[in-house]
Amino acid sequence: MASHLGLLVMFAVFVSVIFAALLRDEPKEQLRFGVRLLAGFVGAALVLSWLMYPLPL
Amino acid sequence: MRATAADRAQSINPTLISIAALLVPGAGHIWQGRAQKGMIFLIGIPLMFAVGLWLNGRLFPFELTQPLVALAALASFGNGVPYAVATALGLGKGIVTAATYEYGNTFVIVSGLLNMLVALDAYDIALGRK
Repeated sequence: MASHLGLLVMFAVFVSVIFAALLRDEPKEQLRFGVRLLAGFVGAALVLSWLMYPLPL
Repeated sequence: MRATAADRAQSINPTLISIAALLVPGAGHIWQGRAQKGMIFLIGIPLMFAVGLWLNGRLFPFELTQPLVALAALASFGNGVPYAVATALGLGKGIVTAATYEYGNTFVIVSGLLNMLVALDAYDIALGRK
């Protein structure tokens, strides 16, 4: 279990679940917010990793 | 008319609720009748902490001579009872050479910080701010 992407997604899942439960009250809202948060975390990580791909120049 | 869990919690000192929440993740929410949220915290935070230990993360000692180590220790201490259990079992030695060492540390530290946020949320609920 040393896949960087796998660990990144697992971390994002944990943080998204906790934040969704913390910041939203209704289960439906929690699910919607959690999925958006997870997509944001993973998407941002993928974009940043591709931006850093050519580094160091 | 029977008092609900939230009504009963109103009469309890908010500081006591936040201490309970800090010791056992989700306890503050369950105590105040927010069982659904409390169960998510009760399962999610210790599971994240356990995954961190499984990934060879370290439970850092309080070394004030090394401020970053002390801060990491303070953050992981936020896990409460799971931290005490792991320490008692001799877990969290950390294997620096393991590929997942830094990931493990991140899981352990962030789970403690998340539990601190959860305890603050329980405190706010007890004060009637939420």
